[in-house]
Amino acid sequence: MARIFSYIVHKDGVPDDSAAELLAAARQIDPNAPLTAVVCGFGSGLDRVCESLRPSYLEVWKIGAETLAYANAELIRKALVKVLPPQSVVLVPHDHFGIDLAPGLSIKLGAAFVSDVVGIEGLQSSTLNIVRQEFGGQVSAHMKCDVSSGAVVTVRPGAFKSLDAPGINGQVVDKSLEIGVPSAGRRYLQTVVAEAGDVDITKHAVLISIGRGIQDKENVAIAQELADAMGAAVSCSRPVVDAKWLEKSRQVGSSGKTVKPKVYLACGISGAFQHLAGIKGNPFIIAINKNPKAPIFHVADVGIVDDILEFIPELTNKVREMHSVSAK
Amino acid sequence: MEILVCARRVPDTSENEIALNSTANDIERDELVYSINEPDNYAVEEALQMVAKVGGNVTVVTVGGDDDEEILRREMAMGANHGVLITDDAFTGSDGRGIATILKAFVQKGNFDLILTGVQAEDGAAQVGGMLAAMLDYPFASLVNSIEIVDGKKLKISREIEGGNKEMSEIDLPCVLSIQTGINEPRYVGMRGIRAVASVPIPTYDATQLDLVPNTVGASAAKVKRVDYFMPTLGKGAEMLTGEREENIEKLLELVAAKGGLK
Repeated sequence: MARIFSYIVHKDGVPDDSAAELLAAARQIDPNAPLTAVVCGFGSGLDRVCESLRPSYLEVWKIGAETLAYANAELIRKALVKVLPPQSVVLVPHDHFGIDLAPGLSIKLGAAFVSDVVGIEGLQSSTLNIVRQEFGGQVSAHMKCDVSSGAVVTVRPGAFKSLDAPGINGQVVDKSLEIGVPSAGRRYLQTVVAEAGDVDITKHAVLISIGRGIQDKENVAIAQELADAMGAAVSCSRPVVDAKWLEKSRQVGSSGKTVKPKVYLACGISGAFQHLAGIKGNPFIIAINKNPKAPIFHVADVGIVDDILEFIPELTNKVREMHSVSAK
Repeated sequence: MEILVCARRVPDTSENEIALNSTANDIERDELVYSINEPDNYAVEEALQMVAKVGGNVTVVTVGGDDDEEILRREMAMGANHGVLITDDAFTGSDGRGIATILKAFVQKGNFDLILTGVQAEDGAAQVGGMLAAMLDYPFASLVNSIEIVDGKKLKISREIEGGNKEMSEIDLPCVLSIQTGINEPRYVGMRGIRAVASVPIPTYDATQLDLVPNTVGASAAKVKRVDYFMPTLGKGAEMLTGEREENIEKLLELVAAKGGLK
């Protein structure tokens, strides 16, 4: 049986949420396989992360080097290629780092690559049966992956329910001396923090969130009118920012803001997982979309199939009507 | 600067309702509208803006069939200097690695300083750019949302990371970058532009011309294969309001009020 590794993303000495999810994914590949965590980094933060993983993993492979203090995917790939044994199955979170690291890692390991996995249906000899999504989450697919020469698998954040640490007293194995001195053609300079916008969407209890279905910059006004009538704020999904119809600070999602409203009105939003990743705190989600197959309807509490360009103005009128009645 | 952009023609899923065909081995494609994969279009625009500053050529390449020529012409109408179609029956059933292998063979026939791809296509795999870079031993960056030319040897780029933050790096040329949507505002392409390039011959390459060994591409080489498609049943599923619009609005407002969302 191939050895299963979880690549642990971490920050400030604490493993990312994905660490416990990868544990769950690994268990679904093989409930009995010994699991190994791989952690790259530098200094005391790296040691704290390794220590915190001992209850979850039989072995924690620590790769420490000053050059790895910032997670540069090219340097980490070179380190992993030196350390990982042949036929390894390596799980990596499908986040901005995993997207950077994993495809190239699979080539250098001579391993199969399957990305953004949302389900694992077990291993039959050297065939791994998995589920992924295509067409923006509208369709799922069963896939077969030949892992006889190993595999690199990226796992969708949030798709696997975190597994509690099984309480094994794993050992930290220092692999730092095995990596040599990797160099990279890409060098990290700095991180530029996102600018605060005119409206802080993270502070609002009700969000009127618009997506591609708003169709035109002019139409953003109809969402703003509804928001004004309801005392809410307008947020959006990625295509609205790409089209420059709203500022980046209004974007909800893994590459935008994380919001925790009470009520989230998703208008013309398809519901890509990157968008849903930005909605926390279990709000009441109402989705309005003219495509009845839009993935947003899988996660919404209430759904309406309608054209938002007609629906929103009528909703606004109704809200105003209610206000004028209650004012009398 | 010689820039290669790897592009793909995909069904436009944002506006389409996707259904499965009768045997669930594919989606129902008859009614679908196809266009260039959106991030690939941003990549072409970025390439055009770069050569406008420093000179050079933009070549757009796709692996596919005759139908895929239309996106090459569209990108040539945008301003790309060349379109290239890589096509061979032997390529059918290639997985991501197979496509990257084909593109690598093409890259090695040319002399490109920079290779761009879109961040991902309709399968959401986000794999070919990173694989191609590793095969060529070129540096790679994914999710790129700005590019600045430093000199003939390197670029300054930013990547889109969590929370809208940007990770700035310097990267040596030649390199492969996967381009995120929103990096620029792709120019409009009118019918007139498309007509102007309608009769420009599009060169094609097959497996033999690219010196590709049969067992490295196509279905036989694929380590990853799709078994079937199915419609997802994720989460609890929404309670659908199926009344007239006015009824739905009233019900919606009742629910919002109950959740404390109306002032």
